[in-house]
Amino acid sequence: MNFDFSDDQKLLRDQARKFLFDKCDRKSVRTILDDDQLHYHKELWSQISEMGWTGTAIPEEYGGLGLGMLELCVIAEELGRSLAPTPFSSSIYLFAEFIKNYGSEDQKKKFLPLIASGEKIGTFALSETNGTPKPSNVKTEYSSEKINGYKSPVSDGETADYLIIAANSDNKGNRNSLSLYIVDLHQDGVSKTSLETIDPTRPACSIKFENVKAELLGEQGMAWDMTENIFNRAAVLYSFEQVGGAQVSLDEAKKYSMERFAFGRQIGSFQALKHKMADMYVKIELARSNAYYGAWALSTDSNELPVAAAGARVSASDAFNYAAKENIQIHGGVGFTWDYDCHLFYRRSKLLSLNIGSTRQWKENLISNLEKRNIV
Amino acid sequence: MDFNDSQQEAAFRKEARDFLEANAEKRSIISDKPNDKSPQIAVAGAPETVKGGKEAAQEALERAKVWQKKKAEAGFAAILWPKEFGGYGGSPIQQVIYSQEEHDYLVPSGYFEIGIGMLGPTMMVWGKDEDKKRYLPKMITGEEIWCQLFSEPSAGSDLAGIKMKAEKDGDEWVLNGQKVWTSGAHFADYGMIVARSDPSALKHKGLTYFYLDMKTPGIEVRPIKQISGTSNFNEVFFNDVRIPDSQRLGGEGEGWKVALTTLMNERLAVGDPPGLDFDQIFEATKELEVEDGLAIKNSEVRQKMADWYVQSRGLQYTKFRSITALSKGQTPGPELSISKLVTASKMQDVSAYALELMDSAGMVHHDQNPVLKNLFQNGYFFSAAMRIAGGTDEVLRNIIAERVLGLPQDDRADKKVPFNELPSGKN
Repeated sequence: MNFDFSDDQKLLRDQARKFLFDKCDRKSVRTILDDDQLHYHKELWSQISEMGWTGTAIPEEYGGLGLGMLELCVIAEELGRSLAPTPFSSSIYLFAEFIKNYGSEDQKKKFLPLIASGEKIGTFALSETNGTPKPSNVKTEYSSEKINGYKSPVSDGETADYLIIAANSDNKGNRNSLSLYIVDLHQDGVSKTSLETIDPTRPACSIKFENVKAELLGEQGMAWDMTENIFNRAAVLYSFEQVGGAQVSLDEAKKYSMERFAFGRQIGSFQALKHKMADMYVKIELARSNAYYGAWALSTDSNELPVAAAGARVSASDAFNYAAKENIQIHGGVGFTWDYDCHLFYRRSKLLSLNIGSTRQWKENLISNLEKRNIV
Repeated sequence: MDFNDSQQEAAFRKEARDFLEANAEKRSIISDKPNDKSPQIAVAGAPETVKGGKEAAQEALERAKVWQKKKAEAGFAAILWPKEFGGYGGSPIQQVIYSQEEHDYLVPSGYFEIGIGMLGPTMMVWGKDEDKKRYLPKMITGEEIWCQLFSEPSAGSDLAGIKMKAEKDGDEWVLNGQKVWTSGAHFADYGMIVARSDPSALKHKGLTYFYLDMKTPGIEVRPIKQISGTSNFNEVFFNDVRIPDSQRLGGEGEGWKVALTTLMNERLAVGDPPGLDFDQIFEATKELEVEDGLAIKNSEVRQKMADWYVQSRGLQYTKFRSITALSKGQTPGPELSISKLVTASKMQDVSAYALELMDSAGMVHHDQNPVLKNLFQNGYFFSAAMRIAGGTDEVLRNIIAERVLGLPQDDRADKKVPFNELPSGKN
């Protein structure tokens, strides 16, 4: 059995960690937090693009490094640890994966090199209303080669050059009415409105489409199936980001509890706090192990992926949400000040657990996929 | 990443599987066997629940001994032990592989683990050669069963607070006091015991370690009836029990150090006994009906099931991470320290929720219970014990916090004070 990352992958992790420690400190994260006009850290984005991270899992023939999904998992964990304020997840976990898995040869040639080099940014839009997305509440339409409609929230929409969008290609309003289209966002008829998010270092906007040109991605009527698959793939990567963030939340809670004295003792010597941190550790180890299993399924194209991805996602959301909120609690009063960093993790943890579907939704996915597996 | 065995591992797995296939019966997720075989919940030292009184218990013990003998002859009873004492001379990864394979079979458990896993290795480190030759081989074959006499009424989580008196009288020691929670003392032939030989020394310094014959005059074993109604544990009373100094392991006052050898040898948790887990309640939700149809179709049920699934599989994959380290010849990290903490609470929550789903039928705890053969009723009681035995949830959290995370120790009132001057409440 070899249920671990390879030495090369661990080396990549160490390099990524060191790089982000230097280039993505909390001060850089806060420049994005504090300035409404900045949607991502441009300098960091160009540096990680130059190193090829954006092309990690994109084949060499399309301008990527041609490494695998395991390497991308390694990088995801480090991005999560450092709270990197970049559109990496939207452009790489989603847009690039859609094109890589479902694009025509021409589309791959056209988009992947631009995405791999970080020159262009892509994202994905499904949601239009509050609540769980379902086929019947997608109202955006594609007809006569034009898109009309509205999407909100669109993660990294302000920054994105390209968008993959789910729209009705007929008006029956069911699962097979939906198709995916690629939209160039630099055209007339696209109007963006900024939205404040619970984590401004991961921004979103709403986008209105009026007679916007678009090209079909993949098979017509297959939007839902393709999206489910790409969300499963992305869920594993998100779960690594979440595990990374959770681990740092625990590390910082621990550090503070050893520096802070009360009643003549380090507060970290009180059992009430030790037990909280032990519980964080337990959740993080479970999440890490579930994420590893997801990574295995993802990297081997296993038919376990739907179950493994949902398991990784549910476990990682639980771990990060818990670690982030209890990190504030352990810090006491200063934990809810703007100056201390606890809120950066608290914001990020909830945002990550809502992006690509809530924990509630992923729990439902998990059980329905287990049922399907049992029938097979 | 892959889940494949190496060539040697695959060969060993085949050897183990062949032996099990030839000698044991496969286990199903939810057993339809009668009650004396079905409860798939057991921990080391707590043999499977046996109903039907003393005779049935004796029969179960005999069955276990027959099984153990076969297992020992095949070499699988003590895989980590050196060959000179009848072991397999194998590696931790082989132990793991055997446990994984045995997990799928219905075999007796709970009688021999403490001896082979903890007490034998202690004797290997601290015993004299003639003791090792005399006792170790019979420990493996199950001919002689051993128990561990550590806990006392006032020494549980605070294990070093032992009060059992050991007074030297010439070449002998005289033991007076009481042990408690002693698994298997009622069928054990021998025991290992920690006692206080110098009450005026500091708590950890005044202890001495011995082994003894459980038939020595002055020892009285009284089973403790647990909330499950069964008795796996005992109180053991010592009244002027005289044992020769030759049965001392380690020096006078070195008992804590020897006891640590025992405790460090807790068997690899990677071979946990099968429990009451996600798979069992998942099966149950496909049979039980709630107000809107089958339980598994109910949204609240599904949400809870997902939580248990990720805990259950998260633990399994955590074991895979440790096994990977073993397989590479490395020492696993501390990640497995979470295992019992998660398992026990999960079992309690799963059991309680399954009873909820049964509604009023959940009240019935009877052999004729039509719903899943009492599995969850048994688990409801067993799990409460599991959260305490072998380190309470609270002690385990302290261990994780201090040893894994490196958080400071709690302030302790017993550090620099002689044992006999420590405050001890009513005791």
